[in-house]
Amino acid sequence: MSMAALDDLLWTYQNVITALGINGLLALSMYVVLAVGQLSLGQAAFMGLGAYSAALMSLKLAWPFWAVLPLSCVAPVAFALAVGGPTLRLSGVYLAIATIGLGEVMRGVYLNIDLFGGALGLSGIPEAAPQWVIFAVLGLALFVLWRIGRSGVGRAMEAMRLDETAALSMGVNVRRYRRNALLASAVLAGLAGALSAHATSFIGPNDFGFEPAVSILSFALLGGIGSPFAPVLGAWLLTLLPEVLRPLADLRLVLNGVVIVLAVLFLPRGLLSWRMPRRAM
Amino acid sequence: MLAQQLLNGLLLGATYALFALGFTLMFGVLRVVNLTYGFYFTAGAFIALWLTQFGLSLWLALPAAAIASGGIAVAVDWLLLTRLRRAKADELTSLMVTLGAVLALYAAMTAWLGPDIRRLPPGVIAGGALEAFGLRVSTAQLLILLACVLLAGGLLWLMRATRLGLAIRAMAERPDTAALMGIATGQLAALVSFISGALAGAGGVLIGLNFNAIHPYMGESMMLRGFVVIVVGGLGDIFGALAAGLLLGVVEVLTAGYLASGLKEAVAFALLVAVLWTRPSGLFGVAQGRKA
Amino acid sequence: MLLATEQLTRRYAGLIAVDAVDLAVPDTGIHAVIGPNGAGKTTLFNLISGLTPPSSGRIVFAGSDVTGDPADRRARAGMARTFQNIRVFNSMSVLDNALTGLHPRLTASLPAIVTRLPGFRREESAAIARARAALGLAGLLTRAHEAAGALPYGDQRRLEIARAMAGEPRLLLLDEPAAGMNPAERASLAALIRAIAAGGTTVLLVEHDMPFVMGLCDSVTVLNFGRRIFSGPPAAARQNKAVIEAYLGPKVAARLGGAA
Repeated sequence: MSMAALDDLLWTYQNVITALGINGLLALSMYVVLAVGQLSLGQAAFMGLGAYSAALMSLKLAWPFWAVLPLSCVAPVAFALAVGGPTLRLSGVYLAIATIGLGEVMRGVYLNIDLFGGALGLSGIPEAAPQWVIFAVLGLALFVLWRIGRSGVGRAMEAMRLDETAALSMGVNVRRYRRNALLASAVLAGLAGALSAHATSFIGPNDFGFEPAVSILSFALLGGIGSPFAPVLGAWLLTLLPEVLRPLADLRLVLNGVVIVLAVLFLPRGLLSWRMPRRAM
Repeated sequence: MLAQQLLNGLLLGATYALFALGFTLMFGVLRVVNLTYGFYFTAGAFIALWLTQFGLSLWLALPAAAIASGGIAVAVDWLLLTRLRRAKADELTSLMVTLGAVLALYAAMTAWLGPDIRRLPPGVIAGGALEAFGLRVSTAQLLILLACVLLAGGLLWLMRATRLGLAIRAMAERPDTAALMGIATGQLAALVSFISGALAGAGGVLIGLNFNAIHPYMGESMMLRGFVVIVVGGLGDIFGALAAGLLLGVVEVLTAGYLASGLKEAVAFALLVAVLWTRPSGLFGVAQGRKA
Repeated sequence: MLLATEQLTRRYAGLIAVDAVDLAVPDTGIHAVIGPNGAGKTTLFNLISGLTPPSSGRIVFAGSDVTGDPADRRARAGMARTFQNIRVFNSMSVLDNALTGLHPRLTASLPAIVTRLPGFRREESAAIARARAALGLAGLLTRAHEAAGALPYGDQRRLEIARAMAGEPRLLLLDEPAAGMNPAERASLAALIRAIAAGGTTVLLVEHDMPFVMGLCDSVTVLNFGRRIFSGPPAAARQNKAVIEAYLGPKVAARLGGAA
């Protein structure tokens, strides 16, 4: 094998490994919303906001990556608050509709405003996010969500997913939980965006539209939401499958769509239906 | 100048209203935010395109495409939603299914046909325009407006003045009671799917003609407008959809004229979000949307 | 008074489900709202617990006006309830259901949850003990680890009560607790309700079954077509002409004379 081919192979694997980390984070960002019985399709838009704002901080302001990474959450959180409304009372079908809309709008904004580089996107972003950072963030997110999931907060989340009226009557502040879930989702997706921008050094307006938004849903539905590990597993399967089965590569969006349909109709608890043991609080 | 812009806005708005008619019917009656609707729109345009390529005149291709799209809608509804309806699944579950399905359908269509933009052959109406009082309207735009008014009127008549419409409204209000009263809800649901799909297909042909562009994702790019129209107009409200569509068209044209054309989507979205914040049942709609 | 409603009214299009109802629940004891089907009992309960907003009127609980408070805030203020159509969390374990009822008493912050510091763990074991106590009261301790949805009907009703009691509420609202139960189950339910009241929790229950209520309650309020037609001790309700008419219809009531 020539050196060039070896380089090529490594480079390909590097990309796949990066994608595993990023898609894992995105799956978690979907998980936190589904876990309270809501559906947001704004994850791709939040990711785009994180990616673009982080890229601009690096490119235009030359801020260091360790400062850029936490700040990349600001724009997604602000937009989550704006979409959710002054009191964040949007829920159910309406939240789903508004968040799909957000993705469509942001694409138009990136395309039409010079600051965002138009159709060409932004390139030359410093490759400041090594893979271990991506996986460290993913690991930390998994750990925190696992602890929360096992606690009384996790139980309240499950309760409102199962029966919102009963949960309300148990004193669960359903509205606040919903809001916090959406904000957590925005933070996770924003981080994923910033990390991805600083790992691949290029972002474009089409990376964060309708298709990625739906694909993120397919990660979570394939894995299930019994524990935070399940959606990450789903993301990894759907990232790896097209790499292993080459003919699927061109049809990966078809695959993601079909996975959603089949999961909802035939596998409502996902592949990993094992539920975490719960502690008391 | 302003008069021309207002007129252009109304004409653009007519396309949005035309797109949203079947969409709002589907939601209002079947209680599903059915995202596969955008695919019937795309499918209608492509079917008409193929039929004209076989030499059929556009005036025959249009109804044929509408009927075929309606048929596809019935098939998709049957495959995806009958099961969920029987299990009384919630609205989010059915929304998710249609979301997955529409992604698969768009992506498959793109893989099959490629993403290129196609055009209907310049037929009877190409290039023609009407001018009066210093205002200019193209024939295609007039056709859209006419079709929009006719279809909305027909739909209103069907829903409000016929026995069938009465049965459909009964089913929309109380599916269980309607079933007890001997209304064949399964067949009615199929009929409503067919009407919605046919409206989508006809809209696809006409709007494809008007914008002179047909491509696999054309339905997806109308989706945001569809949301704005059905939410602002009231979910399930036909008259509301008509009014909201026209309003949206005017707002967009004025935005593009006086602010920046890149902000059209953003303004449309702001309208959507503002209505969702304040009036979940729509600006014009009486709360015939949803009751827990 | 622990709970008072003043001119509480709820209108729906074309009908008044609850019509200017004044209700007063003292600080202790077992109290009932009764009335024929469709009298507005469940609507009244939903108004009190905050699931339905009133059209007009006021609700005062433990000395403060809670009319504008959402249901979850009322629950945290010490109001717990059960539902006519059982709403246990089917896929959770019985113990988890009871722990959910403890939600208003949980104080742990997010950092404490994530780090699991010793203070947090102490609170955690206290919570389990309290949930188990509530299950014990309802006689469900042996089934703590079964799935709630797999319990027989009567046990699911008792689990709902245990779940509501886990949070140590001041007022327990029971919506038709005896519905669908056989006489033996009813007797044990009545014993459970008495034990709860003896423990210091005030009980307000809705029933349409008169005999069940008569032996159990300290006072009854009778609703008919959304209006309060009687309020007082159960024995007096049996003698009341308006109450008898509401239950049996004016003709039967007249035939019975005052004999009921």
